[in-house]
Amino acid sequence: MKTLKLLTVVVCVFALSAFTVKTDSEGYKVGDIATDFSLENIDGKKVSLSDFSDAKGFIVTFTCNTCPYAVAYEDRVEALNKKYADKGYPVIAIMPNNTDVKPGDNMEAMKARAKAKGFTFPYLMDEGQKIYPQYGATKTPHIYILKKTKKGNVVKYIGAIDDNYKDAEAVTEKYVENAVDALLKGKEIKVKETRAIGCSIKV
Amino acid sequence: MKQMVFLFLIVVLSCKNDTSGPQLVESTEVLESAKEVVVDVSDINLEIYDYDGLEPLINKKDDKIHVVNFWATWCAPCVKELPYFEAINEKYKDDNVDVLLVSLDFPKNYDTKLKPFIEAHDLKSNVVAFDDTNQNRWIPAINESWSGAIPATIIYKGNKRQFYERSFTQEELEIELKQFLSP
Repeated sequence: MKTLKLLTVVVCVFALSAFTVKTDSEGYKVGDIATDFSLENIDGKKVSLSDFSDAKGFIVTFTCNTCPYAVAYEDRVEALNKKYADKGYPVIAIMPNNTDVKPGDNMEAMKARAKAKGFTFPYLMDEGQKIYPQYGATKTPHIYILKKTKKGNVVKYIGAIDDNYKDAEAVTEKYVENAVDALLKGKEIKVKETRAIGCSIKV
Repeated sequence: MKQMVFLFLIVVLSCKNDTSGPQLVESTEVLESAKEVVVDVSDINLEIYDYDGLEPLINKKDDKIHVVNFWATWCAPCVKELPYFEAINEKYKDDNVDVLLVSLDFPKNYDTKLKPFIEAHDLKSNVVAFDDTNQNRWIPAINESWSGAIPATIIYKGNKRQFYERSFTQEELEIELKQFLSP
């Protein structure tokens, strides 16, 4: 009996440490297979990557209403969807913040923002905050470009939209556009990872 | 002028009484925000740096312990932990501890948000503004592991250096600082 108890404890400790390792991991790297999800959209319907049967891939962006950096990029995210959705790379926006901490990011606020800005892409709530940690997103905005393959959706690019958050006119490198253009032409992406300042995701 | 400052204080204090105070700072912060508080900020001299200008400030080779915090007025967790940095600046000033608050506020908000904030909170630590759009260059240069989320903090003395992409409580910050204090 005692052995059984001890065994249970040992198993528990192992299980816990396994989980700790998982949360400490830094999420996806370029080349990893990204998880699909089923998250509620602003129209009340659930959206999954597998719904997009014609897509060649996705521009997944973790974003929100309340971060000035995310706001600065709103129009550029919409422009990306207009440019690339028909070419097979739609934008999928996911709001990762805890809405108890950030009421300005709740579903009602997301709906209002999407309506005001005329978003044409899905704007999904990461209910329970289960998806962003798997991707390893740490901030908004944080972009993951995925390419659909037989093995799953492969991460091809992680990082920023471009190299100037302040002024879309002053951008010299359009990281996301360059990456998607390369994927569409079947070429190697030159810049696969970039860094940018953003608002930490609120837990 | 005094009345203006008083008015501003009332606005700030009334925010603080609200239980959602810290969130209020950030959730109301959208770029097209029309509400801007008028405070005389002409006597605040704000130094503005690009990365080449900032780099020497975060790599000093003196005997001091340098605590460098990256923050912005729109960042709620940053604003929440600022008093802790102010507190260690005061408490350890005789122990050669030097706090530098590096603001990532947008330049167009320097006069309307950042300077009024510095004045209203009576910040004693050295505050500088950091404006350099080439983030993909300087974020990994500051620390290879930094994803770019703020708040972020560096504590260093000479060649000993720690980087933190996280928030602190007062206690947690002191624990980290004490690693550098002990001989």
